[in-house]
Amino acid sequence: MITTLAGGLLKSTAIFGLTLLGALPLGLLVAFGRMSNWMPFRRLARGALPAAGERSGFWRRLVFRVRHALAGFKPVQALVRLYISIMRGTPLMLQLMVVYFGPNLLLGISTGPNYRFTAVIVGFVLNYAAYFAEIYRSGIESMSAGQYEAAAVLGYGKSQTFFKIILPQVMKRILPSVTNEVVTLVKDTSLAFAISYSEMFTLAKKIASSQATLMPFVIAGIFYYIFNFLVAFIMERFEKKMSYYR
Amino acid sequence: MKLLEINNCRKSFGELEVLKDISLSVDRGQVVSVIGPSGSGKSTLLRCATLLETMDGGDLIYHGRYAARSDSEGNSIYAPAKELRQIRSLFGLVFQNFNLFPHYSVLKNLTDAPCAVQKRNYEQVREEAMELLRKMGLEDKADAYPYQLSGGQQQRVSIARALAMKPEILFFDEPTSALDPELTGEILKVIRGLASEHMTMVIVTHEMMFARDVSDYLIFMDGGVIVEQGDPKSIINHPTQERTKAFLNRLLNQ
Repeated sequence: MITTLAGGLLKSTAIFGLTLLGALPLGLLVAFGRMSNWMPFRRLARGALPAAGERSGFWRRLVFRVRHALAGFKPVQALVRLYISIMRGTPLMLQLMVVYFGPNLLLGISTGPNYRFTAVIVGFVLNYAAYFAEIYRSGIESMSAGQYEAAAVLGYGKSQTFFKIILPQVMKRILPSVTNEVVTLVKDTSLAFAISYSEMFTLAKKIASSQATLMPFVIAGIFYYIFNFLVAFIMERFEKKMSYYR
Repeated sequence: MKLLEINNCRKSFGELEVLKDISLSVDRGQVVSVIGPSGSGKSTLLRCATLLETMDGGDLIYHGRYAARSDSEGNSIYAPAKELRQIRSLFGLVFQNFNLFPHYSVLKNLTDAPCAVQKRNYEQVREEAMELLRKMGLEDKADAYPYQLSGGQQQRVSIARALAMKPEILFFDEPTSALDPELTGEILKVIRGLASEHMTMVIVTHEMMFARDVSDYLIFMDGGVIVEQGDPKSIINHPTQERTKAFLNRLLNQ
């Protein structure tokens, strides 16, 4: 029983590792999108509101209002906001099912036998990227304007400023929130049971129902706990490593 | 030789006109102080000069090179990014609240930009940085981090950081305002030392007596205009404009 569960733990660990590998960088990209102020229709905001008494004033005022609403439209930010709100607003279990069954049911694409694992990873990465994005954003927006200004005056370019000056400080600030999310991820790997991927929890359930015992759940619980104990330990090391400055 | 020229600078934040037709020029080796009540526009002027803020109208010229030029309607047109980047290397800025990079050691605060931006040789940059730290009396702090230093020490590091870029002109934005009164002296001493080496400087300050003693030229601003300018001693000792008198009286009666 323990060897079966340990095999499952290996798969849980794979989900965990690949999700972090994908979601941490993707989250940064999503955070950029969320903070994007690109307004392609900005040029439409010209002129003054036509006075109410003018001839055909009603229509011209209406056109003016529509033009101005469109001018302030930020398509990238809007799209990313929608993405984040869906990822946070619906159960991860449901998202996994959509990723797994969706291509076949909605698009008629036949998925191979290896697709189950791919679906798990894609679902987890998409979901966790949304959460990480908001964490990155909170960190980036907490940076003082002074750091950007000092960098600008010293002649750092945009990407130099971000990667040399801003991001290292952001990493330190967001580490506690990231730890939270990473610990949650360890436990969330069990949600892969929704599409019967044979990670530890799925196997525990299978053994429990076939042998009519709760023992596999107890063992799985202990495994999750040890896993997270290690995660907390490692994250603490990171925090200590970054505590050389304030 | 004019190092900096600002002609007819205008700047508004929304409805509020912060700078109304400001012109000034700074010669090589000159020390210019800008004083005035808060909200007079002096900090905004400095931010426009250091390209942290864009002017609405007027010219901004460093060493004969246009960072911004007025078009026929008087609106500022800025030079392309590449030109601005080169112009940025002509000046340095010391901030009121230092803005050191907290994750870099004191030495790296000084060496990183010369290496990463100016692509200079690290060994040479390091040597010059150590020399600057010696000059600031901070050679034993090279490996310390900014949080371990006092405010006065941090401000000296930030002056050294600006100098490490070898600017032709150095701006100070109220360099002592964030410091305890007993620490302002050490900063003023450093600036005095730079003045005696004929460093070209523009200093926005509240330290009236310091401005009088250290600068060659004084500008008094109020309400977005230059009210009075000229010889520092005659302006502070014998102001001719009512607004200057009122401002100086308020300060002296504190």
